Amino acid sequence: MELSDLYREVILTHATHPHNYGALDHADRKSHGANPICGDAFDIEIRLDGDRISDIRFHGMGCSISKASASMMTEMAKGKTVKEFEELLDKIEKLVRGELPPNERASLGDLAALAGVASFPTRVKCAILPWKTLESAIESDE
Amino acid sequence: MNPANDISSESILKDFPTLKRRFDGKRLVYLDSAATSLKPESVIEAVADFYRNHNANIHRGVYRLSQEATALYEETRKKLKRFFNVPEDGEIVYTKGTTEAINLVVISWARKFLKRGDTILLSQLEHHSNMVPWQLVARERDARILYIPIDDRGNLDMDFFLNAIKGGVRLVSVNHISNVLGTMNPVEEIAKVAHENGALVLIDGAQSAPHIPVDLRAIGADFYAVSGHKMLGPTGTGFLYAKKSLLKEMDPYQAGGDMIREVTLEGATWNEIPYKFEAGTQNIAGIVGLGAAVDYLETIGMERIREHGERLALETRRRISEIEGVRLFGSDDSSPGGVVSFNVGDIHAHDVGTILDSYGVAIRTGHHCAQPLMERLGVPATARASFHIYNIESDIESLYNGLKKVTEVFGKWS
Ligand SMILES: Cc1ncc(COP(=O)(O)O)c(C=O)c1O
Repeated sequence: MELSDLYREVILTHATHPHNYGALDHADRKSHGANPICGDAFDIEIRLDGDRISDIRFHGMGCSISKASASMMTEMAKGKTVKEFEELLDKIEKLVRGELPPNERASLGDLAALAGVASFPTRVKCAILPWKTLESAIESDE
Repeated sequence: MNPANDISSESILKDFPTLKRRFDGKRLVYLDSAATSLKPESVIEAVADFYRNHNANIHRGVYRLSQEATALYEETRKKLKRFFNVPEDGEIVYTKGTTEAINLVVISWARKFLKRGDTILLSQLEHHSNMVPWQLVARERDARILYIPIDDRGNLDMDFFLNAIKGGVRLVSVNHISNVLGTMNPVEEIAKVAHENGALVLIDGAQSAPHIPVDLRAIGADFYAVSGHKMLGPTGTGFLYAKKSLLKEMDPYQAGGDMIREVTLEGATWNEIPYKFEAGTQNIAGIVGLGAAVDYLETIGMERIREHGERLALETRRRISEIEGVRLFGSDDSSPGGVVSFNVGDIHAHDVGTILDSYGVAIRTGHHCAQPLMERLGVPATARASFHIYNIESDIESLYNGLKKVTEVFGKWS
């Protein structure tokens, strides 16, 4: 168990200076996600252009892992179709459980830094929370 | 300090086998006794001995083995009665902990007696287990819940209490010691005033029973809930103390074997108290272990346990407040629960907990099942270190050193 695997520099940078942070004007869909164990809670708002996520912002409270994960997620999800997002989500879930082969990590950019979470089972939920919240925002279809 | 009085002498540490664990070669520093205490060898041995030598179901067999099991199970009730100065026989109902004890009161008392428009008085300090069951029954019965506010250090607003209690309150339920702040509430006064105003009183004793002498006769509460696993006993043990007159008029809690007197195809009559509330096969081995835990606590002495936990907690407050950015909750003057809640700058408590864990220091992080209290304190979560008799001075240094690392890891970024 190496702390430096978990708290990589990119993660700490995203956690303290999150991208796409705040409320989104004229959001088409949104969702509130909370982790009942720790009380972390995020709101994610998106605008859709057809089935493409044209804009996304998040805000809320959470630890460095959940916040960094949300920040990196918004960067990656912007411009993706719903289907592309779902493929990405699938990869991320494998990544944080330590099940994604290294050669498939290259396409993930900063997100690959979340691989370290796999050695800290109690923190997997933190990394996944924003993703599940975005998934349910997409499904919310108001 | 006089070594004869140093209860954390080597011999006490040796009584707790979990303390031999190492993580990455580092000695375990267990600072989460408020969640569940470690268990002494004598408790572990009592449980094992029950299964090895006395295992049988209770209250059922004519054979001697079953009589032995029954006697051991009832022996713990006698020990608890003496230990907590319970006024009468039959006033201790075993449960799996505080949560079940409170739910028992809700189901067997409130479901029967709470009426539309009645008021239940709780506080902002409560654990979810002393809030959510009341919220459910209040909704069901169209009753109202009022919450006693607290000040910044966690003291109940007694003016609010003295005022609110005059307005048709049926029951007041507050904790004796807060699991987040370690501070104590004036439960004797609350019970006295509540009774003068015709209200019943439930005290959540989850954090007091493990740490301070508790005299139920002196407190005068109608109900008192305790978790055995926080007072060195096995998990899945605890009890509800309730006044006999109340137990008699309350409905059964669960229905089944052991709680009935007679069953016909048309219906049933109930067994005498407390058995009316103990349906089905109970955690017999656990209850036997709880008896051994009471023996152990008595040998050390609750006054000494209180003094030790509080001293370590207050020393911890002084020591870690030297670290830049540390914000302490609760009181600098008293922590009879042996608890220190804190945050380090803007660093989330979970990150603090993970980093401390890598140094073998186990603390609790999060909302501690008290989200409304977190809201009152204005934080999403806190880190919490809690102490018991097996903690020593050097645990404070381990915590301090771990927290220095936390500020190093995050220092550059915050
Ligand atoms: C103040 C307080 N009340 C209630 C509980 C619930 O106890 P248990 O989980 O043993 O039912 C706890 C323990 O977490 C507590 O600290």
